[in-house]
Amino acid sequence: MAKSLTKKFKMTKRVFSYPYILFMLLFVVVPLVMILVYAFLDNEHQFTLSNFQTFFTSRSSLYVLGNSLFVGVITTAICLLIGYPAAYFLSKSKNSGKVMVLLFILPMWVNFLIRTLATKEIFMAMHVELGMGTVLFGMVYNYLPFMILPLHTVISGIDKSYTEAARDLGADDFTTFFKVILPMSVSGILSGITMVFIPTISTFAISQLLSNGKIFLFGDSIELKFSQDMYGVGSVMSLVMLVFVLVSSFIMNRYNKNKNVGRTLW
Amino acid sequence: MVKKIFEKSYLFILLAILYAPIVFIIVYSFSGSSNFNFDNGFTFESYKQIVTSDKAEALGLAIGNTFLIAIVSSVIATIMGTCAAIGIHALGKKFRHAVETVNQFPIINSEIVMAVSFMIFFVTCRFAEGYVRLIIAHIAFTTPYVVLSVLPKLESMDPNVYEAALDLGATPAYAMVKVMIPMITPGIISGFAMAFTLSLDDFIITQINKGAGTGIDTLSTFIYSDARVQGLEPFWYAIFSIIIVVVLAAVLIVNLINSTRAKKAKTLSFKGGK
Repeated sequence: MAKSLTKKFKMTKRVFSYPYILFMLLFVVVPLVMILVYAFLDNEHQFTLSNFQTFFTSRSSLYVLGNSLFVGVITTAICLLIGYPAAYFLSKSKNSGKVMVLLFILPMWVNFLIRTLATKEIFMAMHVELGMGTVLFGMVYNYLPFMILPLHTVISGIDKSYTEAARDLGADDFTTFFKVILPMSVSGILSGITMVFIPTISTFAISQLLSNGKIFLFGDSIELKFSQDMYGVGSVMSLVMLVFVLVSSFIMNRYNKNKNVGRTLW
Repeated sequence: MVKKIFEKSYLFILLAILYAPIVFIIVYSFSGSSNFNFDNGFTFESYKQIVTSDKAEALGLAIGNTFLIAIVSSVIATIMGTCAAIGIHALGKKFRHAVETVNQFPIINSEIVMAVSFMIFFVTCRFAEGYVRLIIAHIAFTTPYVVLSVLPKLESMDPNVYEAALDLGATPAYAMVKVMIPMITPGIISGFAMAFTLSLDDFIITQINKGAGTGIDTLSTFIYSDARVQGLEPFWYAIFSIIIVVVLAAVLIVNLINSTRAKKAKTLSFKGGK
């Protein structure tokens, strides 16, 4: 009796999620499907593949894509090189660690436009020429916390007894780091990479502001295509971006699953 | 020892670079100029210009719009997201997985793709330009965060408490309001705070969906349109400083409250264990 009652209440509780499900279908799923549809439509709403042709044969679009990937890879690499030691050192400090982590996250809460414009003003005051260098600086400045955070979570979660065991077995600091800590923090490295790479290649406005409009990245050119009413080509570019997003989230999910399996096996 | 000093100085140098632009803006907001000099001495001129400059009216409107959109969208997002979480919690396994996957879309997707997908949708379905589009878009990208912050609270809730209320004669509605909602309130509050700040902070989705003809600007789109043309006028230094101080203070206070609460909970559970 009691069981069937709870079951009944469970049924009625489900109803609460229906408005949200409807809302999400209408305003999130349908718009994404529309991107897919528009990618195959020409201006007269006829089926066409010309949008793909336009994008994949146009030198300037491919140049922008290549440029974005370049900026993305370099930014991610610099963030990893700077962020890994920071996350490692942070996880070693005991009490002050929490405050320090907070200090690293804090600037993230200030709107990125404000931070970007502030760096731009400083560069201009220092008479630094705005270009690729300043764009890269701005990207690293903006996304470094996204690298440090997942790395710190993973590294500080590594059981201390592993490093102690390595020491007891005669490993020096160097070996302990490369043979124990680095391999155990791969999942943090992967999620850090995706959390920096994807936003970097799709950023809108940062590169424009920090290069005085000279350097145009993929996010900027998606926006430009839509503002010029070129919905077809814009949709194709959004699809390319979506592929990047899906691949990265697939990698992350896969990795997390494997990790869980490992944990349950233990 | 040398290693310790090296590690600490590495972190401090990084922090110094991270905070330099912010500190510069605040310091030079008292210079009354935008050229990084103190030729005018220490002055509140920049702050006065917030209300006296010829852009003061547009600025006021933009701030008003920012808060209007943030409040309306985050209240709706919180109500819908909380209800959704309660419903999702009771869904069957397969359906629940599907809903949770859709819930992840706006979170993992790149903002620019979300923004243009909203735009295509609104244009195709001929939605009225302006506030309606912006508020719908903001609800759509903030509600998943509310769901994500309420769901874990439901998971960790003891179902027996709710059922005990039912056994004692409470109607399901009464039990929900009096028993379940109070137990998940921390999740609802943090979900609301999340939705509100995300909406306040948003630039890309607003910029692309505000429509050219409406003239609606939020603070971030106004900053973008104004600062892109020329450099920053002195009053922007003042505005930025105010925003920075308010935001940093708010985050610090929230963190302080959370950590003291965590400490309290720790000592309480310790006492309980004894």
